[in-house]
Amino acid sequence: MKQFLSYAVTAGMLLATANTSHAADNFNDPEEFARQREQLAMTPKGPEGQPWAQYLVGKMADTAKYKKEGPATVCFSNAGVNNPWRVVGYTNMKEEVALHPEIGNFVHVDAEGSDDKQIADINDLLAGGNCDVLIVSPNTTAALTPAVEAACQKLPVIVFDRGVQTDCPVTFIHPVGGYGFGIQGAQFIADNVKSGGNVLMLRILPGVDVLETRYSAGRRILDEAGLKVVGAEFTDGDNAKTKSIVEDYLQRGSIDAVWMDAGATAVAAVEAFEDGGYEIPVFVGEDQQDFLQKWRALNMTAIAPTYPTYQWRTPILAAVSILKGEAVPGPEWVLPQPAITKENLDSFVNEKMPPLHYTMCGCEEMPNYPKAWGGNE
Amino acid sequence: MTDHVLSAAKPEKARGLPQINPVYFLLAALIVAIILNNPAFVEPTGYMNFLKRAAPLAILAAGQVYVIVSGGFDLSVGSLITLVVVGSSMLSNNDPNATGWVIAAMLGIGLAVGVVNGLVVCFLKVPSLIATLGMMITLNGFAFMWSGGAPRGYLPDSFRYFGRFNIMDIPVIRMLPVAVIVMAVLGFALYWLMHRTNLGRMIHAIGDNPRAAQLAGVPVNRVRITAFVVSSLSAVVAGILLGGFAGVSTDVGTGYELQAITAAVLGGAQLLGGRGSVPATIAGALTLTAIFTLLNFLGLPQPVRQVVQGLILIAAVALAMYRRKRTGQ
Repeated sequence: MKQFLSYAVTAGMLLATANTSHAADNFNDPEEFARQREQLAMTPKGPEGQPWAQYLVGKMADTAKYKKEGPATVCFSNAGVNNPWRVVGYTNMKEEVALHPEIGNFVHVDAEGSDDKQIADINDLLAGGNCDVLIVSPNTTAALTPAVEAACQKLPVIVFDRGVQTDCPVTFIHPVGGYGFGIQGAQFIADNVKSGGNVLMLRILPGVDVLETRYSAGRRILDEAGLKVVGAEFTDGDNAKTKSIVEDYLQRGSIDAVWMDAGATAVAAVEAFEDGGYEIPVFVGEDQQDFLQKWRALNMTAIAPTYPTYQWRTPILAAVSILKGEAVPGPEWVLPQPAITKENLDSFVNEKMPPLHYTMCGCEEMPNYPKAWGGNE
Repeated sequence: MTDHVLSAAKPEKARGLPQINPVYFLLAALIVAIILNNPAFVEPTGYMNFLKRAAPLAILAAGQVYVIVSGGFDLSVGSLITLVVVGSSMLSNNDPNATGWVIAAMLGIGLAVGVVNGLVVCFLKVPSLIATLGMMITLNGFAFMWSGGAPRGYLPDSFRYFGRFNIMDIPVIRMLPVAVIVMAVLGFALYWLMHRTNLGRMIHAIGDNPRAAQLAGVPVNRVRITAFVVSSLSAVVAGILLGGFAGVSTDVGTGYELQAITAAVLGGAQLLGGRGSVPATIAGALTLTAIFTLLNFLGLPQPVRQVVQGLILIAAVALAMYRRKRTGQ
């Protein structure tokens, strides 16, 4: 019995190590890093000034066989509307639908962050038989793959935001990606802080692929630039915890730059410097209004990489094209992923919008802006 | 060391002086460890920032101990904090003049939540664990409906004053955060109410033996409802301080209910009622914050930190229990 137990423990440990090293490789893939770095510098194709309709990779998918006359039913299986980013994104999508009279009926089912519910949702939509196009924003990649494969057999499928492990959808819409996000922020620090400077990295939580890739890319750039990473801390996305962590680091030594893998708590981190009477260092935030306003008010040296919420408009454009039988970028539709910099900051600050409005929404020209997004007229 | 301390304290007990609660030694040890790791902690910015950060939890736990001593739990406080922060930002809408009535409105909500908790426990006979769990879910839903899932406004500086502002240029201590003043005043008030008034004695009595208390003429229901109201109002104050410290977010109160209960138990409160101390609970809250701060200073990797944090907690509570057995209290 004892022997059996020790074998079991050893086997378990081996498996665990194998898994972690495998995972580590996944989140720090030099080829993907290089590819995304290249894509950040590309000039997008498509209509000028409308990044949600642009694409970086020129390959097109033929959709002539899906052509359909008359008003169509577009179905959307959503992973959830459970964080401010998705709230802004889903508003973009609803407003985009309102612009297209050819969409007779838009069906939205919310999986509330559950894989099981989303799989059931997709099955129900298929069984109902009313959908002409299915849009999926998967909750997790691996779990949703079989459901998406089953849907591909029956109707054209568009996947966006997180991906699935199959290329059966007509197109998979996403911005450049997590490595790109990490690169933009870290490169800005490398360009503005002397070699040997102290950088504090703040992360939300471990183990989420889109966040791990941001971190690995950022870390790689900072290390290569000879900067000293004094700490990489998890904040759980909590303002109070973020502020406390930064205060503690400030007691121990100077900080020349702060890199963040997401900007929701960026203002709390800035306030730790402000309230303690320290000079605000070089900062990486994101495109939330509260950070952009703080940045302008304090005249900070900062950058805001984005994971643009305008990507929620694109699936509707793709669905309309597919129903007309027009070719769309595919099997991957890579959207540009711009960063907000000192040069264009003023055009993005809007004090009438709520604090966690993700500004890179491409929604300013839409009819119900700003009211539908929670802004004041 | 503990043995030594306890045996040294014994003669004092014979003279009728109170035993010293081990949570104070634990807190002192943690603070010494923090100072060894970071000598700057003895500067006012060091310990004042620490106290400021601990203030919301200390007040929340000091309120929670009322419910615990009366023989219940209040799990609704975390979501009440969230509701206070989200609601205040929605109502005040960045208008500095709104702060006064917004705070009054929030205290009103707190009062209502406490009364409802108490009524459900007293008259519908729902165990407090379930009654306040239901309230927690309900309040979370309210906060979500109100905000639509994302914060919709900012808190004006006049509202954030209590949790964020430091009064500077004070002799000797140089800076004094407003939150620390709030903690000292409310901490003393809650101590006085619990340990120096008849209400406090009645809360102890119903937690120890509700039947006996009733037979002795204690208005059990009224006292129990009062305990829930104190807890809810302390959560409102904690929410005002937290919103002030760190700004608006929609999950600001998550997990605070368990931290408050942990702080009370660290301070030697008995989970099924009848015993608990407000000052020791505040020390328990400071201890929890000190553990977090120390692990920050040590710079250990996250998983190690969680393991250490868990072990310290279990050891500390075991110590509190051991002391109770020894003293037979």
